Amino acid sequence: MHVKLNGDQAELPDNSTITAVLLERNLKPEAIVIELNGDVLDRSKFGDTFLKEDDTIEIVHFVGGG
Amino acid sequence: MDPLKIAGKTFRSRLFVGTGKFASGEAMRQAVDASGTEMVTVALRRVDFQRPDSNILSFLDFSKYQFLPNTSGARDAEEAVRIARLCRAASGETWLKLEVTPEPRYLLPDGKETLKAAEILIKEGFTVLPYIQADPILAKQLEEVGTVTVMPLGSPIGSNMGIRTRESIEIIIEQATVPVVVDAGIGAPSQAAEAMEMGADAVLVNTAIAVAGDPVQAATAFKLAVEAGHRARLANLGSPTKQAHASSPVDNILGHA
Repeated sequence: MHVKLNGDQAELPDNSTITAVLLERNLKPEAIVIELNGDVLDRSKFGDTFLKEDDTIEIVHFVGGG
Repeated sequence: MDPLKIAGKTFRSRLFVGTGKFASGEAMRQAVDASGTEMVTVALRRVDFQRPDSNILSFLDFSKYQFLPNTSGARDAEEAVRIARLCRAASGETWLKLEVTPEPRYLLPDGKETLKAAEILIKEGFTVLPYIQADPILAKQLEEVGTVTVMPLGSPIGSNMGIRTRESIEIIIEQATVPVVVDAGIGAPSQAAEAMEMGADAVLVNTAIAVAGDPVQAATAFKLAVEAGHRARLANLGSPTKQAHASSPVDNILGHA
């Protein structure tokens, strides 16, 4: 299915969960935060949240900055 | 030396440090350690899927510092509020460096949008430290909505130009009832000392340490300079005069009538 991930068009397997998306990209859930369709997604919901066609997902984390 | 209190939290170091632009996470960690700082800033960015290890949390033991996420990248209040909420969700931290910079060449802060974002974020329970132009009226307005500091710039971010807004910062210092942190443009320890001698409560330095040939040496120098500048302020130094005032006694001089 077709989604927007971090500003880019992306193809994900149908019925992907957030957890699956993170695992596939070697990302630790504790270190990141997710915004799904404009709302912050609670970490406890990563495993139960199934992505849909045309969802907009932002995966962000802290980096060095001033 | 007297500690600094911000929002009920005590800081023994008046040097705050940014974690951007270091050559490596390890270089950053060593410099932060050498600086003696008790508060560090970080930014929030999209994960780069090619480099998932750029997460800063793996390089610093954040239990040792007050964690201060910034809203860098925000071009207006709406973007700043969005970033702020994500920062809080990511870390549980309510402290926030609010910066709203719509124009990339000079990265000067938009005061109107900063004030607007501050009002929203304070209502949502954030502890807001706003980055501003050295505008005494704006500083007062931000205090009135409840920011816990004001953070006027010395010169543009990363410019290393030092204190170019001196007289305006002096007015802010005179009128502020919250701590004043000079943030941005400080390029040398002498400039950090200058800010502290003026009466700033603290300074925030990033680029000057990160891009130095020896960041640990630079961080140490800044630590000493901030302490020196603050002690100088406490020492209540004499004012400059045009004429001379002899350092040795003017009477009983051999050979004088």
